[in-house]
Amino acid sequence: MAKRTSVETIINDDPCEFLCDPRQSLLEVLRDELHLTGTKEGCLTGDCGACTVLVDGRPVCSCLMLGVEARDHKIETIEGLAKGAELHPLQQKFLENASLQCGICTPGFLMSAKALLERIPRPTEADVRYHLAGNLCRCTGYDKIVKAVLEAARESG
Amino acid sequence: MHAIQYEAPTTIEQAVGILSAHGESARPICGGTDILIQLRAGTRQPDYIVDIKRIPELSRISFDPKTGLRLGASVPCIQIFENQIMRQHYPGLTEAAHLIGSLQIQSRASVGGNLCNGSPAADTTPALIALGAVARLIGPKGERQVKAEDFVVSPGRTVIQPGELMVELLIPAPAAHTSDAYLRFIPRNEMDIAVVGVGASITLDGDKCVAARISLGAVAATPLLAAKASQSLAGKKIDAAKIEKAAELAMEQASPIDDMRGTAEFRKHLVGVLTRRTLERAIERARRN
Repeated sequence: MAKRTSVETIINDDPCEFLCDPRQSLLEVLRDELHLTGTKEGCLTGDCGACTVLVDGRPVCSCLMLGVEARDHKIETIEGLAKGAELHPLQQKFLENASLQCGICTPGFLMSAKALLERIPRPTEADVRYHLAGNLCRCTGYDKIVKAVLEAARESG
Repeated sequence: MHAIQYEAPTTIEQAVGILSAHGESARPICGGTDILIQLRAGTRQPDYIVDIKRIPELSRISFDPKTGLRLGASVPCIQIFENQIMRQHYPGLTEAAHLIGSLQIQSRASVGGNLCNGSPAADTTPALIALGAVARLIGPKGERQVKAEDFVVSPGRTVIQPGELMVELLIPAPAAHTSDAYLRFIPRNEMDIAVVGVGASITLDGDKCVAARISLGAVAATPLLAAKASQSLAGKKIDAAKIEKAAELAMEQASPIDDMRGTAEFRKHLVGVLTRRTLERAIERARRN
């Protein structure tokens, strides 16, 4: 076993220091070391987007990034989306539109959608579909998800 | 489980020092979108992972209208297609970078990494070959430059020697009335591996072609420059027959295999179709420049 490495980073606006094996992916660090289990493991090959987190505002598959690479970067996970009991508008719209069934893909979709709205506050449907293309859902199809994101954008001021 | 050690040098000298000290057992990491999958699958088992994203020279895009483009080896695809200069001067390379995977992948994966991974089907490699890109490598014995078309030697293997680091890609400044294009065929709309990819760069003088470079991906053991097809256009007045002739010559140079993505026969056919379309696209752009 390699020496565990100390990594200082910022997760959901909080400075954070963790120890990890250099082989561990950011996904493994989040789930197994920091117990932030909202980020889901899907394919482990970067195809499904279930493990999407934001790194410096950019959507990234956390299965394809090493935990040690997080040093000095700003990481956002699904746990940072709601403000206490108050859901993020995207979460609220996903609920209202029944944009999930099994829910495994949902945290990844929400993080990709958050990155989209920060970049394009008033996206077109094509923008939404393009920006969510790296997230796969095998339950609902995509229409309800796209509708939720468009509604969240429309109602966010 | 095989243990690895992680290093994150901040200078080229440090990186080359670490890579030289550990030879074959060290592997640089940029976006990690290929190497993490290879680590998990056990197809690569380095003892040292050298993160080269903290070296400033590897992370920059700089363009000079006279000397051309210096594209740092670790610049992620997303920074390429968000860059106005790249879109304007190198639209073919930009569209190739835009085709790789999802936004999640594009946020990490680099053009330099795409080349170093050595896949015959890499999307950005034909685009680089069409542009006449040269990779600048620094190693323990000094510096050398390798043309993009000479870089990959067989699937997954490149000219990079143990201890060597790709610092940047050097791409000539486009001459007047020059542009490039990249097209690939995949059986779905987005996010797949190229069945065939074709790059083209062309310089025009009115209706005459001054110079052209046509490149092919996924139709041989390595991405390649379609030299005869390229030369067939140089100095000629461009018309449909000349484009057709270039497409035929490109088909002759392709030596594809049958696999799950398509038969050799289908791939040959695609080389013809895509060479024609890619040339037409590059020509249309060059006329506007």
